[in-house]
Amino acid sequence: MNRQRRTLVLAGATAGWLTLRPLPAGAQPAWLAARDALTGGTTPRPGRVQLEISPLVENGNAVPIGVTVDSPMTTADHVRRIVLLTERNPQPEVAVFTLSPACGRAQVATRIRLATSQTIWALAEEADSRWWQQGVEVIVTLAACVEG
Amino acid sequence: MSIRALVHAPKSAPRGAFVELRATIAHRMETGYRRDSDGRMLARDLVRRVEARFEGELFFAADLHAAVAANPYLAFWLRLTVSGTVTLRWLGDRGFEHEERVHITAT
Repeated sequence: MNRQRRTLVLAGATAGWLTLRPLPAGAQPAWLAARDALTGGTTPRPGRVQLEISPLVENGNAVPIGVTVDSPMTTADHVRRIVLLTERNPQPEVAVFTLSPACGRAQVATRIRLATSQTIWALAEEADSRWWQQGVEVIVTLAACVEG
Repeated sequence: MSIRALVHAPKSAPRGAFVELRATIAHRMETGYRRDSDGRMLARDLVRRVEARFEGELFFAADLHAAVAANPYLAFWLRLTVSGTVTLRWLGDRGFEHEERVHITAT
């Protein structure tokens, strides 16, 4: 590799770094801002939430997704809300499910759109306002035509 | 245009059983982020909320955003304590509204 080429490679690497540079200090990714708006700034703890989604998605237009929360669903101890968020869709919010003890089971399923490979988060709020979460990284080969 | 919706629920279940309800409705769920072939933005047209009531009592609801796939599908649960009617109600942009009812007998 001659010197000129090395300089070019370096320049390319720097340009890549510039575009991938994280947001300026203080600015928050949209999905974290959306999460904070829901939880009131509390960071959900890992556990209790089980997010089921295929780690490799061929078609981002309709991706089956299911969430199960470990809860007895009694009046005193139940899941109040289950929330789905995406890190890199045009809008982080996907769905907010409101549950009650009458559900019996804290389990929901739906089908979602994924614009690109990213991490999907399921959050759960219990009756005592504690939050739990689980994230799953998903690779999408054909993106949903959200901006097509 | 008539609205096509499908609700799956058992006709009967033992008292106290957990019953799974599955619902889907024909709706394109236009995100508001897409353009047509002439480059004009397509207006957002979403089902925004789905509500489930048992004998009139709200027990489950879903607020949906653009990332929910077309023909939105939902599955959720009900603990069946007595016989009764489940009413599902879809609400959306442009005054979209639809209701379906299923009766479940507790045995």
